[in-house]
Amino acid sequence: MSDHSFELKGSLFPLSVLYCQDLSAAAVKTQLQQKLAQAPAFFYRAPVVINVESATQAPDFEAIAEVFKELELVLVGVCGASSELKKAAQAAGLAALQLSKSKTPAKEVKEPETKAEAVVAAVMETKVVEQNIRSGQQIYAKGADLVIRGTVGAGAEVIADGNIHIYGTLRGKAIAGAAGDNQKRVFCHKLEAELISIAGSYWLSDSLQGEYWGKSACIGLQDDKLVLADLL
Amino acid sequence: MAKIIVVTSGKGGVGKTTSSAAIGTGIAMRGFKTVIIDFDIGLRNLDLIMGCERRVVYDFVNVINGEANLKQAMIKDKRIDTLFILPASQTRDKDALSKEGVERILNELAQEFDYIICDSPAGIESGAMMALYFADEAVVVTNPEVSSVRDSDRILGMLSSKSRRAEQGLPGIKEHLLLTRYNPERVVKGEMLSVEDVGEILAIKLLGVIPESQAVLNASNSGQPVILDQDSDAGQAYLDTVARLLGEEVPFRFLNVEKKGLLKRIFGG
Repeated sequence: MSDHSFELKGSLFPLSVLYCQDLSAAAVKTQLQQKLAQAPAFFYRAPVVINVESATQAPDFEAIAEVFKELELVLVGVCGASSELKKAAQAAGLAALQLSKSKTPAKEVKEPETKAEAVVAAVMETKVVEQNIRSGQQIYAKGADLVIRGTVGAGAEVIADGNIHIYGTLRGKAIAGAAGDNQKRVFCHKLEAELISIAGSYWLSDSLQGEYWGKSACIGLQDDKLVLADLL
Repeated sequence: MAKIIVVTSGKGGVGKTTSSAAIGTGIAMRGFKTVIIDFDIGLRNLDLIMGCERRVVYDFVNVINGEANLKQAMIKDKRIDTLFILPASQTRDKDALSKEGVERILNELAQEFDYIICDSPAGIESGAMMALYFADEAVVVTNPEVSSVRDSDRILGMLSSKSRRAEQGLPGIKEHLLLTRYNPERVVKGEMLSVEDVGEILAIKLLGVIPESQAVLNASNSGQPVILDQDSDAGQAYLDTVARLLGEEVPFRFLNVEKKGLLKRIFGG
């Protein structure tokens, strides 16, 4: 059985951090007094940490601690301290806290790795379907281009985050750039589509009638407008 | 090893049961031991078309539930001695069929028969899925009009994704297109889709074209499969269809408008 009467556990608490260029006791006192005058109740007995990153030499921590006591604030410790300043702070009975933003060497090594991953993810996969897509069937190429070696029947849907290539007739719906990329396009050998959508904008067959109906075509977006062009 | 052929369409009233009866009878006439199973539970029709409705004692569902054995339920045709019919139940609904039960019966039939013809109900629900699930080949019955073509396309999608062959990664079901109620005169007038139109949309091999014919209705009403009426155009077209299904090369007939002779013009066709 574990003993719950005594435990030492890590927890996170919000602490106010004081940033001050001049860390002499007199300067800290003047500036704190000004700040407290704006909202005396808000900072009453508030725990405060002093950021000493900009300090070139050790401030008089004991004098500063006196100022805090006087103004009814609780000085908990310092952060961003060099090893020399840490010693001085500890000597004055203050805790030396680590800044969460401080860059440790381990993190610097990690950064190039994440960049490499991002490059890999940007390369589109291709999903190839070697059959006709029948009415009622739905094909989705997630994060990929889609190639259909067949016909997409009326009532069928082909969807891709990338481009869609259809080597047969497109009679159903084709939805390219489903993830929102408006640079994606639909290519088909014979255009008789019910609907074509690129990055959320869509057109029904009525808007596709014309020069390219029943012929090969490449359909893309330009300034939010549907642009049909020759396949070659 | 028996070949399981499903006759299906998606849409109702296009001629599935008429075609099942004709094709099953035609194959049996060639000497192959053939059974036609009516999967349309609750809307029993095959026995009427085959003219054996008064001989139904036990049915498909009885056999699945173990209330009767196959020998008791199957009806032997009186005209062709290699032909049998397994009728549907008229009192149950389509949920009475279980995949395991259907598989058990098909396996049992496969021991004895050369061809098993499954007459599918209309729709895409469990009954139709059960009829097509175990098929080796499919005859997709289509009328030359847009809604029938659309429904056939849907069924073709099911054949290639929901069948046993698709689920187990076996070679796909062999798909055949059977165009029924074809009227060349109306095609010429633009009132009906042509063979070419339907073939292009569905993109499967054409098995046969059955002309719209008075003989079909007469045959149904008299309980004689139309293929036995060998003087009729529909009967001959079904004979051609069966020959192609068995792998023979037969030219297509009844695709063009017949030129009426002078006497026919005067006295009417």
